[in-house]
Amino acid sequence: MLEGYLPDAFFDEMFLPDGTVRPHCAPLLERISGLDQNDFMARKATCELYFLTQGVTFNVYHDSQGSERIFPFDPVPRVIPANEWEHLESGLTQRITALNLFLHDIYHDQQILKDGIIPRSFIEQARHYRPEFRGIDVPADIYIHICGSDLIRDEKGEWLVLEDNGRCPSGASYLLENRKALKRVFPDLFDTSSVRSVDSYPLEVLEMLRHIAPRKSGNPVCVLLTPGCHNSAYFEHCYLAREMGIEIVEGRDLVVRDNVVYMRTTRGLERVDVIYRRIDDDFIDPVVFRKDSVLGVPGIMNAYRAGNVALANAVGTGVADDKAIYAFVPDIIRYYLAQEPILQSVPTYLAAKDDDLRYILDHLPELVVKATNESGGYGMLMGPAACKTEIAEFRERIIADPTNYIAQPVVSLSRCPTWCDEGMEGRHVDLRPYIIYGETPRIVPGGLTRVALKKGSLVVNSSQGGGSKDTWVLRQ
Amino acid sequence: MLSRVANTLYWMARYVERADNLARLIDVNRHLLLDNETLGSDRIADFWRPIILCTGDEELFQSIYPETHGEDVIRFLTDDPRNVSSIASCIAQARESARTVRDQISDEMWEEINALHLFVRSDEAAYLLKEAPPRYYERIRRSVATFLGISATSHTRDEGWEFMQLGRHLERADKTTRFLDTTSYLPDDGQGGIGAPGMLHWTAILGSCGALGAFRAAHHRFDVEGALSFLVFSRNFPRSVRYCADRVDECIHLISGSPRGGFLNEAERVSGRLLADLNYGNAQDAMALGLHPYLDGLQERFNRIGELIFETFVLMPEMFESQRSMQQRGHDALTAWQEQQQQQ
Repeated sequence: MLEGYLPDAFFDEMFLPDGTVRPHCAPLLERISGLDQNDFMARKATCELYFLTQGVTFNVYHDSQGSERIFPFDPVPRVIPANEWEHLESGLTQRITALNLFLHDIYHDQQILKDGIIPRSFIEQARHYRPEFRGIDVPADIYIHICGSDLIRDEKGEWLVLEDNGRCPSGASYLLENRKALKRVFPDLFDTSSVRSVDSYPLEVLEMLRHIAPRKSGNPVCVLLTPGCHNSAYFEHCYLAREMGIEIVEGRDLVVRDNVVYMRTTRGLERVDVIYRRIDDDFIDPVVFRKDSVLGVPGIMNAYRAGNVALANAVGTGVADDKAIYAFVPDIIRYYLAQEPILQSVPTYLAAKDDDLRYILDHLPELVVKATNESGGYGMLMGPAACKTEIAEFRERIIADPTNYIAQPVVSLSRCPTWCDEGMEGRHVDLRPYIIYGETPRIVPGGLTRVALKKGSLVVNSSQGGGSKDTWVLRQ
Repeated sequence: MLSRVANTLYWMARYVERADNLARLIDVNRHLLLDNETLGSDRIADFWRPIILCTGDEELFQSIYPETHGEDVIRFLTDDPRNVSSIASCIAQARESARTVRDQISDEMWEEINALHLFVRSDEAAYLLKEAPPRYYERIRRSVATFLGISATSHTRDEGWEFMQLGRHLERADKTTRFLDTTSYLPDDGQGGIGAPGMLHWTAILGSCGALGAFRAAHHRFDVEGALSFLVFSRNFPRSVRYCADRVDECIHLISGSPRGGFLNEAERVSGRLLADLNYGNAQDAMALGLHPYLDGLQERFNRIGELIFETFVLMPEMFESQRSMQQRGHDALTAWQEQQQQQ
């Protein structure tokens, strides 16, 4: 199956540069090699059918057929040895701890600004900064309850944080469903004794939700708030709600009376204590944020301010995963924890700084440029892959609005053997582990490995032709 | 249980039941036609017209197919995407409802309804519909039966279950009256009157309801009185109007928690009154009123019960001044754009 596979000049997750297998991947390689190619392809098709019949699909917007597609799945797992996982775990725990302290500070005294670590203008211009919430205490002082940080590896194999998704990170259902599909269709590939289980994810989230309930007595009522069944992640919302055994609600199911949130049931109103919301700040309350929101709950922010309901994640966390603030995270870690960052960030140039702007404009063909207020792989320039007109166009945009842009050197992501039409080839991958911050930060041993299925592509987003893999964290 | 969820479960069950009834209706009518091979194309059209009329979609049908042909009717009722009441549309809506409340139903229920939806949209379905229609309709009936079986063995007997039962039995009662009502639209008998339904027709209707064996065992005659006695007034046949009305009444009381035989809300009052009429009525009463007006009256009362259930358990008008938010949210461009907000 893997004869003639070439690691090339990239860091390969399974092979050393000389083509021999990495020791922790040896058992897996042996099992893959034992598979017959036709059998492998037939079983890959079975996986796809599994996703289709399970309805593990996302809606394709702007498609009049209302068609649903599956997120392409590659059966070759990505393996992370125990010692590397320990390193990631401590690095991510350090990072989320610092980001939470940062958010608490930003929404209270703003000591970090007074001490001149971050220029005030970067906070005030951050699109997701919510000055309305300064001075408000949130339950247990936790802001980012669920964080989906994107990690990548450079050509030497060093782990880097690419971005922290601290608002409504998605994809956890794929982490769980990929594992299920693989176990079901490739049981002979799966090594139960050495791969750590990820099944506890929904329960860990539920535990966290219950931890932040403002009413400590009794059985807190937790719900998941979705934008609706036309959202591309609706499958995931339903899936998680079901796994946790909580209600999935839309904005119209909730009402606020005297600063308390209730849901409308067939027997009248029932009080809600904790809301795992998958709706952006912008839409959550038409009274406070976007007036035209039809998805939100009028008055819910008053209930939140009054401390009668907890939201996960808190309002205003977007300031911590802002692409410009990202450049300051190493300083944030040093400032609040007096520690050196365990996980490195990608060097970042801020167009808002004069020196950096000059550098960016001089080196556009080598850089990745990102708009600070976009996500999902939109509003991006991949310098090395862009044509002259695109570069010229971005140059104009950056000059017109420098505060909205950052640039980073291209990191040639690590590769993992992936089944392509012509056989097994190396494709670039990233990793999104999910950090759950309740009583303490906890990370489910695994994550969503996204893979850029297009040859040579470095963009792994599902909206841009990405697929995913099961991620194995080994016990030893 | 969330009101919206209860409403969605109710409609999921209704759409499944509707698809099943349509499949039965078409299949049986096709059989009948085979026994009438000598009919000219005009007569064939006459034969199908009652089915379009009884599903209430005549206007839409005529705008799509100015001339009635048997094949057109079958397409229209089966898989025409322009007809929101076609079998394929009903299944799509049932499946969309199931998707919306997937956290409330068992995995197996979801798998079955999703599999049925995928089948209806498949090339295999298109092939069967063209080459072997009976197998197509059988697939649908079997899948619905599987769905009901799975529901019965995997769904907790909670409020959600009662709402599904409500939807199923209201739909079933309505469709049984519509099967019977096809006789009111029979083509002209050539002497200026309405053609009288013969034994063949009663056999077809009873067949639609899967009631032939049970009907014979009850020793009724194949005439209007026999059919009415059985399909409207039978105490224990699961597709009879009376049986369904009894289940509806039971479900409403189970949901509200009030004892049967009395009423606490308007839905219970109207349902109890209908049930009393059925309990103490008989075929002669119905025939004295005229079959069509009688069935029409029943359908109106089912509709009213459906509305009252929505008002009582979903809208709860006494609790809310404004009903804006629980009404079906319009799906305009603004809503669509907001719903499609990116997830990180």
